[in-house]
Amino acid sequence: MSELVIKDLQVSVDTEDGPKEILKGVTLTIKDGETHAIMGPNGSGKSTLAYSIAGHPKYTITGGTVTLDGDDVLAMTVDERARAGLFLAMQYPVEVPGVSVSNFLRTAKTALDGEAPKLRTWVKDVNAALEQLNLDPTFGTRSVNEGFSGGEKKRHEIAQLELLNPKVAILDETDSGLDIDALKVVSEGVNRFRAQEGKGVLLITHYTRILRYIEPDFVHVFVDGKVAESGGAELAEELEANGYEKYLSAAV
Amino acid sequence: MTVTDTARESVESAVEQGPLFSHLNPPPSYDLADHPVPTGREEIWRFTPLKRLLGILDGDASDAHLTWDTTLPDGVTLTEITAEQAREIGELAPNDRPSALAAAHAGSAMLLDVPAEAEIAEPIVLRLHGDSVDDLVWGRLLVRVGRHAQATVAVVHTGSARYSAITTVLAGDASTVNVLSLQDWDDDAVHLGRDAIQVGRDATVKHTSISFGGDLVRMHANVEYAGPGGSAELLGLYFADEGQHLEHRLFADHTAPKTKSHVLYKGALQGQGAHTVWIGNVLIRKVAEGIETYEENRNLVLSDGCQADSVPNLEIETGEIEGAGHASATARFDDEQLFYLRSRGVSEKESRRLVVHGFFNDLIRKVGIPSIEAQLLETVEAELAKNVLREAD
Ligand SMILES: Nc1ncnc2c1ncn2[C@@H]1O[C@H](COP(=O)(O)OP(=O)(O)OP(=O)(O)O)[C@@H](O)[C@H]1O
Ligand SMILES: [Mg+2]
Repeated sequence: MSELVIKDLQVSVDTEDGPKEILKGVTLTIKDGETHAIMGPNGSGKSTLAYSIAGHPKYTITGGTVTLDGDDVLAMTVDERARAGLFLAMQYPVEVPGVSVSNFLRTAKTALDGEAPKLRTWVKDVNAALEQLNLDPTFGTRSVNEGFSGGEKKRHEIAQLELLNPKVAILDETDSGLDIDALKVVSEGVNRFRAQEGKGVLLITHYTRILRYIEPDFVHVFVDGKVAESGGAELAEELEANGYEKYLSAAV
Repeated sequence: MTVTDTARESVESAVEQGPLFSHLNPPPSYDLADHPVPTGREEIWRFTPLKRLLGILDGDASDAHLTWDTTLPDGVTLTEITAEQAREIGELAPNDRPSALAAAHAGSAMLLDVPAEAEIAEPIVLRLHGDSVDDLVWGRLLVRVGRHAQATVAVVHTGSARYSAITTVLAGDASTVNVLSLQDWDDDAVHLGRDAIQVGRDATVKHTSISFGGDLVRMHANVEYAGPGGSAELLGLYFADEGQHLEHRLFADHTAPKTKSHVLYKGALQGQGAHTVWIGNVLIRKVAEGIETYEENRNLVLSDGCQADSVPNLEIETGEIEGAGHASATARFDDEQLFYLRSRGVSEKESRRLVVHGFFNDLIRKVGIPSIEAQLLETVEAELAKNVLREAD
């Protein structure tokens, strides 16, 4: 079972001119096996939502709740959230010089499982995950994200998604910067993940393109720090045709 | 003109340049009068807490010694020589008071000799151990590697002492020399070391200075070139704890054309009063056309109350160079890196561990002595256990 419940979430960041409110009451429930797409214009707060759920220190929660299977996510540390079953594929994955991908993956897997993975099967799993995402096996020896192309960084995020196999995955613009072949490869990875029993996906995107490969159960239009409208997959098509215009004018 | 003639000419022109005029580096001299007792205001002493040198700067000759335990592969000799012999062989003269005192007070010197064309695969290891900080010990060592020879020399310092040493490495023409000095002292040791290297024509030299232990450690690594085509890689790694002063002073003196110097020093600091100093002086003389130099110092500050001083200096007297540059940066833990690792379930403690190991990894891999590399990884781990990992519990 997995259920991520976000209720009236309000978040601000510290700026030079004092705190700035970015999320203005977000309410969203992702149930077992559901895929939700969040679409919204630049600066509407999509990454803020993703980071806040993951626990990035830059964001201050000023109101609301987030629970995963009833447990208070906001009370957990960043790594506790991951161990509780949350995963965030980042819009801008971070370079960690000197730490090899294979060391990183093994350390993460060990932390999540509470014990080191069996060496033989693990090496096989890693190689398979890299290969499925069209990443060269030599990636294992490279430093995490260092010198990776934009597309390689995104594919590396999805390789991690498959290997670490969380309950709920938040994908922040994993599709941006991908060419069509990479987009397919990444989508297949996400689809393999969600084909499993009881997995939730929160897919943040700018474009409808990826939704042709990963079909969402729900689509939410995100404007000015909150959900402006929710619907089914057909809402994406409407956005494709008409853009965010009508929501933007409403927000002002 | 034959190749040999060219070589001789450039050696001569290097020699003819006379005494140093670099304002950053006092001229080398055996005469103690040229190295007065510092007040602490001198450019070369301003970072060093003189009181903590515990009398080394006006110390007398002493009978105290470090205990030497050596691994000498076949073909290598270690012999005691006189002070006169040391100078005849071509010892590089002292460039500060402690090294001048070491030359004056050590009595004899040790000569480690690797004959021409010998290829010594196994590392030569000199383990120097001191019994007590009460002992004032003067050291004088020459390492002579003949032309076309290859050798790796590790000098490992443990225990405690007040130790001041002058070391000269003479890397023969076209030799390949890897020298490492490891300062793994007990907490109270004081160590002033001057390593100076003469890089022969077309020789390739690597020098690594690693400082973990000691109350105060101040190491010089100086290079100069006996002919064109020489290349020097100067590496360093240090980890300063509470109250420790670790100082590394580099001087790459490009005395010949077509020479290279590459410097990379990395340090971590943790605990109240941890202080590191890195001075990277590079002098490109008029004669040194077509040289290449790059120096880099990076410091990672792991807790509050630490100070990392980092001063690169480049003096250029010819416009005809291939490349010259430097970089120096001191940073705290990168929150974004920690967040990324932790968002994968890795605990804060383990994330910090990964980041610090990552910081040092590239450098440790360059050391080129597998047994030492393994030991370094362990030592970094042990250092982390003292503070960074404990705090995050
Ligand atoms: N430190 C900060 N200081 C001021 N404003 C900030 C800060 N951090 C974020 N913001 C603002 O918060 C808003 C939301 O940013 P966020 O990154 O969540 O948007 P987004 O919807 O993910 O945009 P994009 O589509 O470009 O990825 C933006 O207007 C951004 O400028
Ligand atoms: Mg964003």
